Amino acid sequence: MSIRIENISKSFVGDRKVSALQNISFQVEPGKIFGLIGPDGAGKTTLFRILTTLILADEGQATVQEYDVVKDYQKIRRIVGYMPGKFSLYQDLSVLENLKFFATIFGTTIEENYNLIKDIYIQLEPFRDRKAGALSGGMKQKLALCCALVHRPQVLFLDEPTTGVDVVSRAEFWDILKRLQTKGITILASTPYMDEAGMCDEIALIQDGQILSINTPSGLINDYKSLLYGVSADDMYQVMIDLKNHNSVVSCHTFGAEHHVQIKSGSDPRTIQHALEKSGHNNVKVQLITPTIEDCFMNLMQQ
Amino acid sequence: MLSIEVESLTKKFGSFTAVNSITFTVESGEIFGFLGANGAGKTTAMRMLCGLSRPTSGQASVAGFDVYRQAEEIKQRIGYMSQKFSLYADLTILENIEFYGGIYGLTRGEIKNRGRELIERLDLTGEEKIRVAELPLGWKQKLAFSIAIMHSPSIVFLDEPTGGVDPLTRRQFWELIYEAAAAGITIFVTTHYMDEAEYCDRVAIMVDGNIRALDAPEDLKRDMGLDTMERVFYSLAREATRGE
Repeated sequence: MSIRIENISKSFVGDRKVSALQNISFQVEPGKIFGLIGPDGAGKTTLFRILTTLILADEGQATVQEYDVVKDYQKIRRIVGYMPGKFSLYQDLSVLENLKFFATIFGTTIEENYNLIKDIYIQLEPFRDRKAGALSGGMKQKLALCCALVHRPQVLFLDEPTTGVDVVSRAEFWDILKRLQTKGITILASTPYMDEAGMCDEIALIQDGQILSINTPSGLINDYKSLLYGVSADDMYQVMIDLKNHNSVVSCHTFGAEHHVQIKSGSDPRTIQHALEKSGHNNVKVQLITPTIEDCFMNLMQQ
Repeated sequence: MLSIEVESLTKKFGSFTAVNSITFTVESGEIFGFLGANGAGKTTAMRMLCGLSRPTSGQASVAGFDVYRQAEEIKQRIGYMSQKFSLYADLTILENIEFYGGIYGLTRGEIKNRGRELIERLDLTGEEKIRVAELPLGWKQKLAFSIAIMHSPSIVFLDEPTGGVDPLTRRQFWELIYEAAAAGITIFVTTHYMDEAEYCDRVAIMVDGNIRALDAPEDLKRDMGLDTMERVFYSLAREATRGE
């Protein structure tokens, strides 16, 4: 196992005690992309900081490449790359200076591992003399990834690398991760964007310090037990209000151009269609759909 | 009635044209989505409309006031919230309400009444003395939005209001937006969640400082022959040639 986490718990004491992680366990196999999916405040960053040996857990054990996060912290620091959620490079150094600095710290050179960072560095090269603080958000993200890779780590920890980044840049970033995976690097990445779950081999859904589910993306969707219907009509806001008041509706969530509706088992979806039409809705469509990761997440949150 | 009227609005920083002659109007009570890749010029455009940044050229009026000459009048009639800055974390819920109510020029009586309504609406009764820092992000954002419209502005500007918020709360947030729009408040919103683009009455997509598309989501999808707003956005935004 590349990462092994067993019963990790961590609390913070401030005005009142906050339980950041409660009894978390999971494993990541070598060469896999594992996604930690959950909103802000779920505990994702705390877990990253424990695994990268920056803070200690209150309870439980964890290993990275079979090294213990407490006893073998020095060894772990040499073989992992960590991209924190907050931009943490030297703003006053140039792109090239930052990269050289991180290479030197790890006793290597840019040239030695150039083939690993080449695809990303080519995009940064036109700005190599620009100060890191003056880069755009997308470029900062690419530089941070390069610095986390320059010593050819065995395990890469990426804490919300795509937060606040637009759809196009997010897709590009995941393409980069897929290419790194082919070079044998294990990747643990966190994200609040549920649509990115599909890019991972395995995912853990996390909320309020607890894991809701661990599965493959397709396994999670297969585990969604109820039937789910996509409903649309002309006045979507009124449709939502009417659906929420309908006695055979269990839940109704907006999903872009459709509402995703779960109905009581044994209920006939046609009764929904008829009820909406009777209330005067036009162009009512009700069709059976496959749930998304976000449907699964909300379903688990409400259990 | 028009809430926002923009014609050939341009902002240059030196030789760089951040916003390049954009033209559009927004109706009162409309939910207007303002989309674009990072660096497309969204924030610059929004700052001009809020009276915070003087345009290089072009015309714009917000709630009937001119952005060049009447920036102060505009500021009194708009609400604003963003993912990055919303409330004072070290103040309690009630203190934030009182502070912003005062800033927006409400009377003590109005602050008391509207504050009570707001707390009841958000199910925060009994929690008034909690510091905002201790609220989960989703609650903070719902509270920030409610405070941003406490003074019944003509328009509220929302800059990525739902970033990082859990999926259930994100949807509750949009219900607040729908209610505000139904009450006649114009909503001007940016987001990176493409499902949220579908909830807007109309959407403008900015690419490299220009508005490349502006229409109702269903019309944009039909005209481009694509089935989701995500694909519409992707096909336009990937043509961008400039970074941030």
